[in-house]
Amino acid sequence: MSGEVLAPPALSEVPGPDEDRPRQITARHSVQDQVFVHSARGVGLLVLVIVSSIGVFLGAQSVPTLDHYGLSFFTEFRWLPSQDRIGIAAVVVGTIQVALIGILIAVPLALLTALFISDWAPAWLRPTLVRLVDLMAAVPGIVFGLWVLFVMQPPATEVAHWISKYFGWFPLLHVRTDVDYPIWNQAPGYPSYAGSAFVAAIAVTMMIFPMACSVMREVFMEAPAGEKEAALALGATRWAMVRTVVLPFGRSGIVGGTMLALGRALGETISVVMVISQAFEIKPYVLESGTSTISSLIASSFKEASPSQLSALLTAGFVLFVMTLVVNSLAARIVARSRSGKGTEL
Amino acid sequence: MERRAAVRDAAAAPGPPPVQEELRRTGGRTREDVLTLVGAAAASVATTWVFYTKVFPFHGSVGFVVLWYAVFVAFYAGLTALTQPRPVVVDRIVTTAVVAAPTLVGVALLSVVVMTVYRGLDALTNLNFFTQDMSGVRADDPFTMGGILHAMVGTLIEVVIAVSIAMPLGVATAVYMSEVGGRGSQLVRTVVEAMTALPSIVAGLFIYSVCLVQLGMPASGLAAALALAVMALPIMARASYVVLGVVPGGLREASYALGAGKWQTVWKVVLPTVRPGLATALILGVARAVGETAPVLLTSGASTYFNANPVRDPMNSLPLFIYASIQSGNPAMEERAYAAAAVLLTLVLTLFVLARMVAGGRKSSR
Repeated sequence: MSGEVLAPPALSEVPGPDEDRPRQITARHSVQDQVFVHSARGVGLLVLVIVSSIGVFLGAQSVPTLDHYGLSFFTEFRWLPSQDRIGIAAVVVGTIQVALIGILIAVPLALLTALFISDWAPAWLRPTLVRLVDLMAAVPGIVFGLWVLFVMQPPATEVAHWISKYFGWFPLLHVRTDVDYPIWNQAPGYPSYAGSAFVAAIAVTMMIFPMACSVMREVFMEAPAGEKEAALALGATRWAMVRTVVLPFGRSGIVGGTMLALGRALGETISVVMVISQAFEIKPYVLESGTSTISSLIASSFKEASPSQLSALLTAGFVLFVMTLVVNSLAARIVARSRSGKGTEL
Repeated sequence: MERRAAVRDAAAAPGPPPVQEELRRTGGRTREDVLTLVGAAAASVATTWVFYTKVFPFHGSVGFVVLWYAVFVAFYAGLTALTQPRPVVVDRIVTTAVVAAPTLVGVALLSVVVMTVYRGLDALTNLNFFTQDMSGVRADDPFTMGGILHAMVGTLIEVVIAVSIAMPLGVATAVYMSEVGGRGSQLVRTVVEAMTALPSIVAGLFIYSVCLVQLGMPASGLAAALALAVMALPIMARASYVVLGVVPGGLREASYALGAGKWQTVWKVVLPTVRPGLATALILGVARAVGETAPVLLTSGASTYFNANPVRDPMNSLPLFIYASIQSGNPAMEERAYAAAAVLLTLVLTLFVLARMVAGGRKSSR
């Protein structure tokens, strides 16, 4: 039997599923719809052009930069516009240092807080805590910068002094000064411990904590309730339940949240600029005063830049953008893998 | 009924009368648990105090808290181990960490708010702080002179322009990606997602070098608004796209089945459905744009005088005012910066609460 049945089939000869062809639908858009579809496509393409032109423009700036400074742009660590010696080696290292220390402080805090919200806090407290974390994400970076500068810096320098005094034999924690000197005894202000990568990382921590925490919490809360209850019914303590059910389930959320936070930390500008004392130097001593990041470099030297230096700054910005882009897309992929398709995110 | 009572009577007859069985409270604390906690806390405070202030030459509050926490965990674990098996001891140690972390962050957040308001109180309590600008005011002048009206108006104008560029484009792009689809939409989505990674300072630098350096625009509120718009556009497009994705497909199909066209479906079904979600995305985007300093720093130029014209002269804004005041290094200006930060914080908080109210208590992840 072919598809063309003229008379309605009798009950006994209902066509099999393979004969039930979908009707050919020809969509005739009304004029209104055509206008809508085309204008939506137009806006979409316009946005595509605008948005990608930024990336292309930044990328294109690396051509004159490499023409002018050559490959030494990536290996030179000094930034001396007056002598036209410019390179981003130091700022890239500084950016990564500040971001990594920020991650090192923020991720354990975020992980524990996310666990507290998802598994320890009583149910009535949970929405409030979730909202507080979201609210913290909305606090402007400059406010955290102020806070670190005037509230956290004094105790942080003392902590840094203490660490470098007793653990200074470890290269990362060394400070090139006489650690037996009290910190108030060193030239104006606190030259050797304030404005370090460590202090800047405290500001970065406050910026990235909410993001990492909310990603982790979302994944933890999706842990299957049946398995959690099964673990508890078998006599597991709360921690044993979390260790065997929630953490394995949320592993991709932990990794993804960490990397999203890393992407944010790399680009954090204003709170870092306020805190650090700018120094262009590649050094492992994160407790020592003076560091610089790509964004702080841009913020501090865009004004006096000549055209070639401006394009060098843009290239530095492009490098930063590529770094965050790579980290973010890896993170997005990892987080997406954890979602089991159920549940929607807003 | 009768029968059951009879059975009960029969069962009860030989033994004592049955006691009413009470529901056992699960997850409650026994007296022992509470006493262990209190004992560990008291013992650890005492021990830490003795060692910290009398035995070792330590000082400073940070060290005290850290040492106290370590001693407390040790005592708590030790006391628990007297009566409980190992897994319970481990559970309690982990619980102290899980409670300590949010407490630490909460204290930090609280100190941010309290410190900002407290340090800015002197300036905030003068009404002229909200009604005057800083033109002709020297840094050391008393707080009865000068204010941040220019910065507040600047922030308002810049953010309104930025949002009125970014929001329609962002929502239209999201509609294109989610409702129209087609070959191009995948590409648009990939690029938009990628550009959400653009650091705000790079967005500012882009506008600075294109508009200010190459096109010769003056430093102005418009340039700052453009920088904010460039930064916010991908973020808003993606947020709106996520919101649109929540609309159940059944609603669209019902609309098509009733004979509605694409445009009618989008305009009369999809967009009204997601209106609260879109409003939330918009308000959170505004909150983000209000607090961004880096793009504004590069493009608007700080001024001390009132300027409501976005295309001509430099225009100050709240974050920029704070930054410039701190950079000046003058104590009075620092207090003004704190007061401005308190205003900024209040503004962001208000926007945030507004977003929550519009969202209508719906669960939201951003």
